[in-house]
Amino acid sequence: SYLSTAVGQLSAPQHGDVSLLVQVLICRNYKGDVDMVEIDHFLPLLMQQEEEGLICPVMSHGNVHFLWIKHNNLYLVATTNKNSNASLVYSFLYKLVEVFTEYFKELEEESIQDNFVVVYELLDELMDFGFPQTTDSKILQEYITQEGAKLEVAKSKVPTTVTNAVSWRSEGIKYKKNEVFIDVIESINVLVNANGSVMSSDIVGSIKLKTMLSGMPELRLGLNDRVLFALTGRDKGKTVAMEDVKFHQCVRLSRFESDRTISFIPPDGESELMSYRINTHVKPLIWIESVIEKFSHSRVEIMVKAKGQFKKQSVANNVEVRVPVPSDADSPKFKTSTGHAKYVPEKNLVVWTIKSFPGGKEYLMRAHFGLPSVENDEMEGKPPITVNFEIPYFTVSGIQVRYMKIIEKSGYQALPWVRYITQSGDYQLRTNA
Amino acid sequence: MTDSKYFTTTKKGEIFELKAELNSDKKEKKKEAVKKVIASMTVGKDVSALFPDVVNCMQTDNLELKKLVYLYLMNYAKSQPDMAIMAVNTFVKDCEDPNPLIRALAVRTMGCIRVDKITEYLCEPLRKCLKDEDPYVRKTAAVCVAKLHDINAQLVEDQGFLDTLKDLISDSNPMVVANAVAALSEIAESHPNSNLLDLNPQSINKLLTALNECTEWGQIFILDCLANYTPRDDRESQSICERVTPRLSHANSAVVLSAVKVLMKFMEMLPKDLDYYGTLLKKLAPPLVTLLSAEPELQYVALRNINLIVQKRPEILKHEMKVFFVKYNDPIYVKLEKLDIMIRLASQANIAQVLAELKEYATEVDVDFVRKAVRAIGRCAIKVEQSAERCVSTLLDLIQTKVNYVVQEAIVVIKDIFRKYPNKYESVIATLCENLDSLDEPEARAAMIWIVGEYAERIDNADELLESFLEGFHDESTQVQLQLLTAIVKLFLKKPTETQELVQQVLSLATQDSDNPDLRDRGYIYWRLLSTDPVAAKEVVLAEKPLISEETDLIEPTLLEELICHIGTLASVYHKPPSAFVEGSRGVQHKRLPARAGSGESAESPDTVSTGGVSEAPPAVIPSQGDLLGDLLNLDLTPPTTTGPPPPTSSMQMGAMDLLGGGLDSLMGDDSEPSHIPLRTDTPQSPQLHHHSPSPPDYSPTELGGDIGGSPAMGASFGAPPAVMPGSFNAPVSGGLSDLFDLGGGVGMPMGAYVPPKTVWLPAMKAKGLEISGTFARRSGVVQMEMTLTNKAMSVMGDFAIQFNRNSFGLAPAGPLQVLTPFTPNQSIEVTLPLNTVGPVMKMEPLNNLQVAVKNNIDVFYFSCQYPISMLFVEDGKMERQVFLATWKDIPNDNESQFQIKDCHLNSDAASNKLQGSNIFTIAKRTVDGQDMLYQSMKLTNGIWILAELKVQAGNPNYTISLKCRAPEVAQSVFQSYEAVLKN
Repeated sequence: SYLSTAVGQLSAPQHGDVSLLVQVLICRNYKGDVDMVEIDHFLPLLMQQEEEGLICPVMSHGNVHFLWIKHNNLYLVATTNKNSNASLVYSFLYKLVEVFTEYFKELEEESIQDNFVVVYELLDELMDFGFPQTTDSKILQEYITQEGAKLEVAKSKVPTTVTNAVSWRSEGIKYKKNEVFIDVIESINVLVNANGSVMSSDIVGSIKLKTMLSGMPELRLGLNDRVLFALTGRDKGKTVAMEDVKFHQCVRLSRFESDRTISFIPPDGESELMSYRINTHVKPLIWIESVIEKFSHSRVEIMVKAKGQFKKQSVANNVEVRVPVPSDADSPKFKTSTGHAKYVPEKNLVVWTIKSFPGGKEYLMRAHFGLPSVENDEMEGKPPITVNFEIPYFTVSGIQVRYMKIIEKSGYQALPWVRYITQSGDYQLRTNA
Repeated sequence: MTDSKYFTTTKKGEIFELKAELNSDKKEKKKEAVKKVIASMTVGKDVSALFPDVVNCMQTDNLELKKLVYLYLMNYAKSQPDMAIMAVNTFVKDCEDPNPLIRALAVRTMGCIRVDKITEYLCEPLRKCLKDEDPYVRKTAAVCVAKLHDINAQLVEDQGFLDTLKDLISDSNPMVVANAVAALSEIAESHPNSNLLDLNPQSINKLLTALNECTEWGQIFILDCLANYTPRDDRESQSICERVTPRLSHANSAVVLSAVKVLMKFMEMLPKDLDYYGTLLKKLAPPLVTLLSAEPELQYVALRNINLIVQKRPEILKHEMKVFFVKYNDPIYVKLEKLDIMIRLASQANIAQVLAELKEYATEVDVDFVRKAVRAIGRCAIKVEQSAERCVSTLLDLIQTKVNYVVQEAIVVIKDIFRKYPNKYESVIATLCENLDSLDEPEARAAMIWIVGEYAERIDNADELLESFLEGFHDESTQVQLQLLTAIVKLFLKKPTETQELVQQVLSLATQDSDNPDLRDRGYIYWRLLSTDPVAAKEVVLAEKPLISEETDLIEPTLLEELICHIGTLASVYHKPPSAFVEGSRGVQHKRLPARAGSGESAESPDTVSTGGVSEAPPAVIPSQGDLLGDLLNLDLTPPTTTGPPPPTSSMQMGAMDLLGGGLDSLMGDDSEPSHIPLRTDTPQSPQLHHHSPSPPDYSPTELGGDIGGSPAMGASFGAPPAVMPGSFNAPVSGGLSDLFDLGGGVGMPMGAYVPPKTVWLPAMKAKGLEISGTFARRSGVVQMEMTLTNKAMSVMGDFAIQFNRNSFGLAPAGPLQVLTPFTPNQSIEVTLPLNTVGPVMKMEPLNNLQVAVKNNIDVFYFSCQYPISMLFVEDGKMERQVFLATWKDIPNDNESQFQIKDCHLNSDAASNKLQGSNIFTIAKRTVDGQDMLYQSMKLTNGIWILAELKVQAGNPNYTISLKCRAPEVAQSVFQSYEAVLKN
C-alpha cells in the first residue's frame, strides 16, 4: 500500500498564535480512507514535539500517520492509515516540491493560492489513488500549463511520452546547433576532530548535463572508471574507483551493471545524469587551525589559520571560513592577513571571506570579542567551523570524462563541452572552544 | 491576474450570486464561477448547494472547466448521491471521447465518486477503458479497478475486472504494467490469502522485464510486489537477485530501499558458501551508505531500516562505522538513530574512535542526545571488554562535569558495568557517592541504591546513605522503593549487627504503609525469609548474579524477520509489525523470510532465525520496547531492564514458586508462628495478590535476588536449595501455591507441556564421580535443560562450565552453568540451564542428538543426549486455516510421511488439549464416519512449519498420523514427540 490518502499542505506561521492562524491551504484526498478532518491533529502534534525537542518526520494520531516535510514555511503532509511505503512517500513529497518549484519558481503560500487550479490539476496528474504517476515536470508542462486559455490546443493531447518507456523526453525536439554541456562537480565532505584528526571524509560527485540536442539522441558517456578499465583490460593512466553510483531514470541500469557502460537518451535541457561517492581519504583542501580562547566575563580571542592544501596552479574562489562565537559576544575587532572578516550576530558567526586563495598559501585571521560581565547561563552548543569554497578546472578524485558519444539517426554532429569544479560539501572542523 | 482573486469574494448572498453566474450563457463567466466555487471549496466552505448548477457545466469541451467540475464532483458526490446520478451520462459519454485525455479523466474521476448507486453504471465504460488503444487510458483504468474494488469488491469480482487486471500485467506498455501491479497488490492486501497476484516464474519474469522500462514509481510498485514472492529454489532466488541489483544504482532512494528489501529477503535462500552470496553482501553496503546523503526524512527512514539490517546481517556494514558519525547540523531524529547504529557496530577494531566521538557528543547541548551518548558509552563498555576501562574513566570525567543529567545517566550505566565486570571498578564508588544528593531521577536513584546495597560491605557509611533515602520513602517511585527495600535487606545480611533497626523500618514501610501490592509482597517475602531461615535468605538474596548480555534493545528474531520483509514501510520505521498499527490487519498473515531452499548442498542448515555472524550474534534478546521516541519519553517508566536478557518468565516464576513454597511451608508447618510477622491469614486468597498477573515486569522475581535486570539463570539458583523445602502442606498454603501456579499460567506457561522424565546422561563411573541426569523442558517459550548433578566423588567440585557441539537446531546455552559451590561430596544439585537456538548449526544423526561437554575442576566430560523435538515447537505455531490449506497443498506429496500411534486411549479433544500443551495446535477438526480428523500445525524455532493430520477413531486405540513438512527429515522426531506427549 502506498500513500493511502492525502497530500495536504499546511501553512503555519513560524511564530505566533498557532492553532488559530493555521489553515489547510490545499489538499487532495486520494483514497478517502482517512477523513480530512484528521489533518487538524497534525499541528498540535507537531507543536508538542517541538516543545519536547524531539521532532520526528513520522507522527501518528490514532490510526492515522502523518509523514511530513517542511519547505519554506509550508508543511507538506501525507496522511495514511496503512503500512505505507514511507520512503516512497518522502520521495514523492520532495518530488512535489520540485515540480511546484519548476512550475511556480517559488513554492509558498502565495504561489499555491495564485495557481490553485493548476495545483489541483497537477495533484491529479502526479498521483492517482495513492500511486505516484507522472512526476517529470518537463513532460507535465507539455500538457498541464499555467495559461490554460492560451494553450487550449496543445493541452488537449496527452504527450505519448507520458506512458512511453522513455518517459522523460518527447519526440520532435529541434536545435539549430547541437551541443551538450557537461559539468563535473565534486563536493568534499570532511569532519575534523578538535585535535586535528580527520574523522571522516568523502567525495560526492555529480555529473550534470545541459542537453541541447535535436531528436532522440543516443548518448554514451565514458569515464576513467576503474571497474570499467579493469573489465576491459585497459590500464592506461589514472583511474578512479567509485564506491557507489546513482543514475538518473534515463540511464540503462542493467547495461551499467553488466558492462559499466553509461548509455542513455538524455532529458532535454538541464538534468543531473549521475552522482557518485568516493570513499578515499582526501586531504582537506583547505586546512584550518584555530585557537579559540574564552576568558569568562571578559573576552574571546580567536586565531584562525587557513592553508590551501592543493596544487599551486589552482585557485580556490569565494572562500568563506565561518567561525562560531558565543551568542553574547560584542564589540568585534578583526585583523586579517588577506580578505576581510565580518561579524554576523544573528548567526553567531564570524565570516572570513577570501575572494581568491591560491594553492599552497597560508593566511591568518584574528578576532577579538568582548563578553558581558553577566554571562548567559544557557548552555551553548559547540558548533564547528565550516568552510565554503570552489576550485574550478579541477576534480579531487581525478575523474575525467574520456568521451561522450552522441548518435542520432539524422546523423548530425554534436559537440560536448566539459567543465570541472571542486567545491566544499559538508565541511566541518570541530573546535576546542 | 492570478487565481487568488477567487478567494477574496466572500460575502453574504455569495451562493445566490454564484448560482446565477453558473447558469450564465457566457462560457467565460461560467468558468470563472466554477473557479470561485472550487476556491470556496478549497478554503473549506460548504458549496454543496450548488451541486446541480455545477453538474450542468459538466458537458463542455473546455478541458480546464471539465477538470474543475470533476473535482467538485469528487468532493460532493457522496453528500448528494441522488444528484450524482446526473453525472453518469456525461461520464459514459466522456469515456468514448476521441481525446484520450478526456477518456482518462472520466475514468479517473469515476472511481473517486464513492457512491454505491453509481458504480454499476460505470462498469461498462470501465471495461472499455481497460481495453483502450491508448496506454494513458489503460493505465488510468487499471487504477480505477482498485478504486472500484474499494467501494464494491463483489461487483469488481463479478464483472471479471480482476482477470482483466491480471491480463494487463502482460501489457506492452510499462506504465500500464506498473499500475496494474500496484492495483493488484492493493487489492490483494485486503484479501491476504486470495492468491490474486498468482506469482510464478513466468509472471515474475514479465515483471522483471517491465522493471527496466517503467518510471521510478513503477519500479517501486514492481519491487514491492516481487518482495511478496517466494522463489522455488536458490537458483531462482539468485537469478531474481541478479536482475534486481541494478536498481541499487537508481537515484531515487525509495527505489533503492525497495530493491534492498527484495535482496535481503531472497538472500535468505542462498547458500552461504555460494560466491554470489558474498558478492551480494558486498553490493549492499555502498547504496545503504549513500542513502545517508539523502534528504533528512529519507535519511531517517534509511537509518531505521539500517538498524534492522545491522541486526539481521551485521557483516554488511561492519566496516562503515564512520559514516554514522553525527554531524552538528543533523536533525535530532537523525542524530539519535545514528547513535544507535554506532553502538551496534562498535567492536574492538573501532572502539577508540567510537569512544572519542561519544565523548564529544556528551558535551553537546541537546539533552536527549547527550543522555543517549552517555548511555552509549556504558553500552560500549559492556560490549567491548577491552574498552571497559577507558569507558569507565570517560564516564568519571563526565561525572566531574557535574551536569546534572549527565551524572545521572552515567550512574545508571555504571551500575550495568558493575554487573558485567564484578569486582573490577568498585574503586569509583566513592566518586559516585559524592553525587548522591544531586540525583533526582528515579532510574538514577535506583541505580545508586543498588550500588550501595550491592557493595555495602565496602562502603563504610552504607547504612547512613540508605537511611537518608528512607525518610522520603513514600514519595519515591516504585522503582526506587523496591530497590531500596532490596538494598537494605542486602545490607542487613552483610552487616546484621548494626542494621537491624534499619531493616525493620524498611520492612514495615514496605508492608504496612504501602498501597503497592508488589512492594508489599516483596516486603513480606523478605520478612518471612529473614525470620525463617537467614542462611537461605543469604543464599537467595546474595546469590551470585548471572552475567548480563552484551547487546541490548535487540529486536526479537521473528519480529525482525517480519520487519525485514517490510523494509521501507512504516512498519520498518516504527519497528512494529503492521498488525500493531493498521486497523483490520489482525488476520493478515505475518510476513516471513523464506526458508533456505532444499536444493542446495547446505539444505541441512535450517537456520533461518539467526544467520550470519553467529559469533557476533548476541545470545539474548530484549523484546522491543516500542519505538525509540517512546522509549525516551518514558525514561522513568520503563522497568529497569535496559540491560540483561529477557526475563524468561517460566524459570523465574518457578524460582518464585519454589521460594514461596519453601518459605511458606516451613512457616506454616511450624505451628509457632513468629510473633513479629504480620502474616495475613487471608494472604493466599487476598485480592491484592491477583494484581500481579497483569504486571509481571514490576514483579520480576529476579529482583528478589537483588538484581537489576532479569536473567535466565536465576531460576537455577533459586531451584538450587531444595534442602530448605519441607514437604508438609496444609490447606491455606496449598491454596497459595495454586494461586501462584495460576499466576504462572497467566503469563503463558503451558501447564501441560510434556517433560520427559530425567535419565542418566553421564554415569558417575565415567566422569570421575560426577553424575548427571537430566531432561529437557520448554517453559514459557524457553527451552531449558534441567539437570541433577550429583557429586559421588570424595572431593569438592567446582569451576563448572558447559558447552554444546554444533547441532541441528543451533541449541546453545543461554548463560553459564550455575552450580552453587562448594559442591560437596554426596550432595545433589538441581540445575536449570536455559538454552537458546542461536548457536552454530550442523545436522546431527539422529536429528535431535545433542553432544555436550561438561567441565569441572577435575576434568572435561562428554556425553550425548536426545531432546524431544517438541521442545522446539514455538508458541506462535498456530497457522491460519487458509494458510494451512494452501501450504498443505503446496508441499509435495513426497514429503508426506505416515505413522501409527498405538495404544492411545484419549478421545480427540483430550488429545488435542494435551498436544496443545506442547505447542502442537489444532487448527480444525472434521468428523467423517465417526472418525475425527485433527488438522494441526507446529513451528520449529528455526521457522520450519510442520503440518499434521491426526486420525482418531472412537474405540480404536490406534491413531494414524500424517505429517507434511518442507523438511521431511524432521518427521521421525516429530512422530516420536507425538507419541511421547500423548502417552504421558
